Amino acid sequence: MVARRRKPRLAVWKFASCDGCQLSLLDCEDELLAIAGAIDIAYFLEATRCSIEGRYDLSLVEGSITTAHDAARIREVRARTTTLVTIGACATAGGIQALRNWASVEDYASIVYARPDYIETLATSTPIADHVAVDFELRGCPISTRQLVEVVSAFLAGRRPVTPPHAVCVECKLAGNVCIMVAHGTPCLGPVTHAGCGAICPSYDRGCYGCYGPKETPNMPSMSAWLHGLGVDRPGLTRLYRTFNAGAEPFREESERHERQDHQG
Amino acid sequence: MAAEAVVTLEGVQALLDGLRRNGYRTLGPTLRDQAIVYDDIATIDDLPRGWTDEQDGGRYRLLRRMDDALFGYAVGPHSWKKYLHPPLLRLWRAEHDDGGVRVVAEPDPTDKLAFIGVRSCEIHALAIQDRVFLEGAYVDPHYRARREGNFIVAVNCGQAGGTCFCVSMGTGPKAQSGFDLALTEIVDTSRHAFVVEVGSEAGRRMLGEIPHRSPTPDELDAADAVVTRTEGAMGRKMQADDVHELLLRNLEHGRWDDVAQRCLTCGNCTMVCPTCFCTTVEDSSDLAGRETSRTRRWDSCFTMDFSYIHGGSVRASTSSRYRQWMTHKLSTWFDQFGTSGCVGCGRCITWCPVGIDITEEVTAIRDSEPR
Repeated sequence: MVARRRKPRLAVWKFASCDGCQLSLLDCEDELLAIAGAIDIAYFLEATRCSIEGRYDLSLVEGSITTAHDAARIREVRARTTTLVTIGACATAGGIQALRNWASVEDYASIVYARPDYIETLATSTPIADHVAVDFELRGCPISTRQLVEVVSAFLAGRRPVTPPHAVCVECKLAGNVCIMVAHGTPCLGPVTHAGCGAICPSYDRGCYGCYGPKETPNMPSMSAWLHGLGVDRPGLTRLYRTFNAGAEPFREESERHERQDHQG
Repeated sequence: MAAEAVVTLEGVQALLDGLRRNGYRTLGPTLRDQAIVYDDIATIDDLPRGWTDEQDGGRYRLLRRMDDALFGYAVGPHSWKKYLHPPLLRLWRAEHDDGGVRVVAEPDPTDKLAFIGVRSCEIHALAIQDRVFLEGAYVDPHYRARREGNFIVAVNCGQAGGTCFCVSMGTGPKAQSGFDLALTEIVDTSRHAFVVEVGSEAGRRMLGEIPHRSPTPDELDAADAVVTRTEGAMGRKMQADDVHELLLRNLEHGRWDDVAQRCLTCGNCTMVCPTCFCTTVEDSSDLAGRETSRTRRWDSCFTMDFSYIHGGSVRASTSSRYRQWMTHKLSTWFDQFGTSGCVGCGRCITWCPVGIDITEEVTAIRDSEPR
């Protein structure tokens, strides 16, 4: 039997985000003790008070970059980290706050804040990978606790995490779900969306919202053409692609295509 | 095979009871989520009595029938492969402790399965998967454990679906073999009865356990008429006699790029196909490093991982992936297994989210060739 090496040091970092993905770690109730037993949770503000010190074997990064301060901080995190994993739609695609990329931050700030001059922020919300090298991206808004445990287990075992990039449709079919788009005419982003959630929404007769962002090789124009046939108009298509993964390249491109065509009438 | 008996609605219930009494798990069509799926059934009330379906490319809707037919619809999103070749199957797990590594094989289930309402195209699909899993040097023990001792109650289709083309593929609508009992449902204003054919000794024994009588000439004519009517009402057709060569001499055809414009590479066609059999295996390990397991999962030639080898995916383009699927189904399946891989059930057409139609793709390639 191989002697146990020192426990890997884990850090969980928060950038612009709602904390939901970090909380997924605390939601791993059944596995939490095992996680705490296998790794040394060295930095996790949601769970403990601690400060940035030394190096980390595994960093889970939540949130997007929206300020100059955070752009510098993520470089510091990267420098102290061996394996950097982004968790969630904010960290991998810019999150819902990437909607600012199509708007004027000054306009918003003047409406929302009494003293907008106190607000120091970038004009955009961008994913972590735009700023530093990322070793693995875990999708989802929020991430699935099952997949988070898989990523940590894979890290500990030194193997690749099993998080297939195929469509949500595969998860529906594995579950024996009846296709809600074919059988009910419900618009669904499942065919262009990355698997991982276990097809939660279609399992409850709701169309997929695309929380996990684009799958590998998404065919956006064909998806849009069919959704259009099901009654989704151009502004509707733009809105459909502009949610939690609005900044993900295929969704961004497709939403802009429909916005342009909408403006052209 | 001659029709040998007639049973009533009560007779069909007696058949279900008899099968269950003999230790079978009875599986058949039932209504769920606005579709006709396969699940456990115990009584004829579990069947989609009085329902039918309307099918087209990317479209499926349930409709009420004008009568009380038990089997008045075409095939739905499920196929029997979900029972014989499960979508997810843990193969084994291993435990690691101070005493070393212990591998524990996953036991296969031992219950006997009875499939109720199996259509002729589906019987052909079972035969195709039998060839894949049970013949040759490598027999799949998991498929064999589930397939052995099946009791097949076939139903000769009383209605063709909008995407059906079994007549083109020579696989229906009348079940010729591969069943224990075959029913033809006769339902009109004056009667509701089932003409029964016996296909095996097990079928004969089972018929002996349920109330039945000899068919009248009129009932036999009516049963023949059911099949003839269905034959003439196929929603789709495909010229299949030379499709093997047709596709192989058109591997560089522009139509592959055309279909790639529409194809979502979602894999739905392969998941609903009753003959598609590809799988991958996924390994998992727990946080403590004490237990690992290996699970087999349905895979699809429409994913990038499917053709991934060192350095990347061999079939990166959508056109190459669609071509792989369709040429395997209609051409190279012959070279590999001696038959077509397509039984004309139409599921890939109906359940394609954007209605891509394999019969239309064949026609487009055929029509582009000089006559």
